[in-house]
Amino acid sequence: MKFEPNKFHSTNEIMISNENKNLARWAMDFALKNGCQAVKVNLYAGSNSSFEMRDAKMDRLQQASENGMTIALYVDGRYGTYSTNRLDKTELQSFIKNGIASTRYLAKDEAQTLPDPSRYYKGGKPDLKLLDPNFSKINPDHKVQMAKNAGEEAMGKDARIISVESSYSDGENFGYKLFSNGFEGETGNSWFSISASVSMKGEDDARPSSYWYESALMLDDLVKEGIGQKALERTIKKLGQKKIKSGKYTMVVDPLNSSRLVSPMISALYGSQLQQKNSFLLDKIGQQIGNEKFTLRDEPHLIGAMGARYFDNEGVATQPRTIFDKGVLKTYFIDTYIANKMGIEPTIADPSILILQPGNKDLQGLIADVNNGILVTGFNGGNSNSSTGDFSFGIEGFLIENGQTTQPINEMNVTGNFLSLWSSLAEVGNDPRLNSSWRIPSLVFDGVDFSGI
Amino acid sequence: MDRRNFIRTGSLALAGSVVAPTFASPFDGTNEKTAVSEAMKHFGVTENDLQKVIAAALEKGGDYADLFFEHTFSNYVGLRDREVNRCNSNIDFGMGVRVISGDQTGYAYVEEITLNEMLRAARTAARIASGTLKANPVALTEKSIKTNFYTVSTPWDNLLLKDKMPYLQRLNDRIFDADKRVQKVSASLTDDTSHILFCNSEGVTFYDYRPMATLSAVCIMEENGKIENNYASRAYRKGADFLTNDLVDIVAREAVENTAKLFQAVKPKGGEMPVVMGAGGSGILLHEAIGHAFEADFNRKNISIFSDQLHKKICNENISVVDDGTVPFNRGSVNIDDEGNYGQKTYIVKNGILNSYLHDRISAKHYGVTPTGNGRRESFRNVPIPRMRVTYMESGNMNEADIIASVKKGIYVNQFTNGQVQIGAGDFTFFVKSGYLIEDGKLTQPIKDINIIGNGPKALADITMVGNNLELDNGTWTCGKDGQGCPVSQGMPSALVSKLTVGGES
Repeated sequence: MKFEPNKFHSTNEIMISNENKNLARWAMDFALKNGCQAVKVNLYAGSNSSFEMRDAKMDRLQQASENGMTIALYVDGRYGTYSTNRLDKTELQSFIKNGIASTRYLAKDEAQTLPDPSRYYKGGKPDLKLLDPNFSKINPDHKVQMAKNAGEEAMGKDARIISVESSYSDGENFGYKLFSNGFEGETGNSWFSISASVSMKGEDDARPSSYWYESALMLDDLVKEGIGQKALERTIKKLGQKKIKSGKYTMVVDPLNSSRLVSPMISALYGSQLQQKNSFLLDKIGQQIGNEKFTLRDEPHLIGAMGARYFDNEGVATQPRTIFDKGVLKTYFIDTYIANKMGIEPTIADPSILILQPGNKDLQGLIADVNNGILVTGFNGGNSNSSTGDFSFGIEGFLIENGQTTQPINEMNVTGNFLSLWSSLAEVGNDPRLNSSWRIPSLVFDGVDFSGI
Repeated sequence: MDRRNFIRTGSLALAGSVVAPTFASPFDGTNEKTAVSEAMKHFGVTENDLQKVIAAALEKGGDYADLFFEHTFSNYVGLRDREVNRCNSNIDFGMGVRVISGDQTGYAYVEEITLNEMLRAARTAARIASGTLKANPVALTEKSIKTNFYTVSTPWDNLLLKDKMPYLQRLNDRIFDADKRVQKVSASLTDDTSHILFCNSEGVTFYDYRPMATLSAVCIMEENGKIENNYASRAYRKGADFLTNDLVDIVAREAVENTAKLFQAVKPKGGEMPVVMGAGGSGILLHEAIGHAFEADFNRKNISIFSDQLHKKICNENISVVDDGTVPFNRGSVNIDDEGNYGQKTYIVKNGILNSYLHDRISAKHYGVTPTGNGRRESFRNVPIPRMRVTYMESGNMNEADIIASVKKGIYVNQFTNGQVQIGAGDFTFFVKSGYLIEDGKLTQPIKDINIIGNGPKALADITMVGNNLELDNGTWTCGKDGQGCPVSQGMPSALVSKLTVGGES
């Protein structure tokens, strides 16, 4: 059975070429003829460019394009993967033959199978609009100008500025999958980004620095103004950072940083962690994990959204899913391998677009309700324990007193456990950044341990 | 020119075929002239081609250009659920052209090494300048590796996958045998071999053959319904002689010990306190607190908290800190960096004085100093920038026991997972996977899973005691900066930092 991939409406040239698609088909057939019972071929192609300015002068320009292939070989009950950026048929012949011979040495792994074809994406859904049709027509001078403009918004605006850096970057990514039990699928997206950072001299030796950035899938959607301005404002606010007393505070986290607290929760839901008994969310389906303000959904099919996709890396069709419903855990991420290994139903390999159900207030509104808290505007290192859910991160931000941010703070740690953290979720904001596949708004948590003086 | 047939993926010779030429063996460097010329043949380029590409790179008036060719074979073999049942091999191949004009950089790379593709990359990178050709390139003279810090007697490509499997099996079995609480083990062996060919517009050309191997194990244990996990790993720039039963047994023992001690461990009370850094892995303090802030790109841009501190006293005069590319077989060692400068041992702090920043070509020129051999890049896809190598403090004169005994209330830390730094504000952090409380000069309760944060200049000035027991940490450390990763390592003698902010409960 063969499934039609989505057709793209762009006139772009650097997609996966027909020549390379034919090479992929040839590679699959060659592998099947030389000892494989099943094969997966993945091709990728991409390009990127960037222009970085420093103090109104071009500091660095970079540009390149690249491509490559990964082939997964199922040989006599064994499984190995082989990747190369040398897409030449003669070399690939030896490469694949060597791969087959190597794979034969491994121990059998019966759980390694291709997905059941009934689970594959079968096509027919509307274009996700992730690829800017005018990508190759953008004038490089225009790109440089966008980088320059961002820097100029900040330059010379404050005597304490040491330096202003700004940059424009863009790129395209393309993928093509061909699996021997009938899946054929193609993906492509473009991306654009402008960023700025400002470094300032404080009263002591410190040279605090902050940044802002905007990004989008389409050039027309890219916010091009206000970036340098915001970077400067955020840096000025940091002047005079110091550490304050240890204690329990209400923690408010801004939307640039809130996904840092969601990430270990998602990692704990991956089948590979569960199967290795290395997850603090093991055996917790149906249990209350966070409180009723914590509803997290995977919405893969939002048109024009970062992270939107119709199939995962196994070709399995994505669907909207609820992960946490009013704090109750509803689903794990179980791919084909783990489903086979654990004898359970597969779901999907990983999330596409994560949406934490928003509340009613923006960040300022959330802060106004806090009497004694800390607004976290940056995490600095730290880690968490995947078995227990314990975490400890470095932070910087602002003290909140009676509904206002007052003292800028830094050089402190926040420490806790994710199970109790999400149970003390007090508020969710209405302000997720849309230029990310994880749309996590500002968050407020009660009674969190911060250590300082 | 012909394409070479790169038939070797590593881990397997074609059964029954004649194994020549062996591309995964180093090119013969004993006859001085041949290493580079062999490498040029391998990449399918002639000196004439290289000069054409350099000329194209400089045609808009750049001051300097370099070409970096890379061919890397990477192999991974993994054990899961008691079986060696997964593997991956990867081939990466390409070249990058860098053009420097003043302190500005243009960069482009290609994966097909044909003259046309290289010229296209060169002309893209050339656009960082906007004048006309200034000077003609210089004839190439081979810079041979003076001292090889990572000689390879047995290339990885000599091993078949089946030769590697028993070591992973042994690692698995040793861990399960060591402790009844072990539930799961996953283990991996990786080996990378890179052929690097470099040339520049000043006539420098070199060939370097770079091995890297890692062996790691993750251990999951369960006791009374509680689950804990930890790991151990080792990395060396070695060929296949990396793989020994002794190494396996060391990693196995460490993975088990590291995991077992977590059951008794608690979170400490948080706040400021004295911290005794145990020898070895504590080098992460140096890497984060000062190493990055001493990278000269940040300093020439004036954005590092140490920008005004060159040649000033920044800590106790008994402290010297080195960034060293000359440690035999070390993950962070560098025969010759990715700009053509020999790896060196650089004193960044000497007797309490900030002695030297870590330079790349651009910053060395800016400061009017000799390059220090720190210009490194993740791959041909990246520009070289100042990166650390093996960063360690030299031994002092105290016994570790006396250092611990001097602390009334604090913590002792010796296993870390990661760190980070803001080089402008000076805030550095590292995550403590395990350590101990110190109470009345004695190690008492184990602790785990807490972050430590400090300020670089303050923490350095607060190092008040240095032990006599320097150790290097030979784990699998990768430093990330500017979107690219570089293998590094670090080391410390045991030392007391009189005050750092420790995460914990309040």
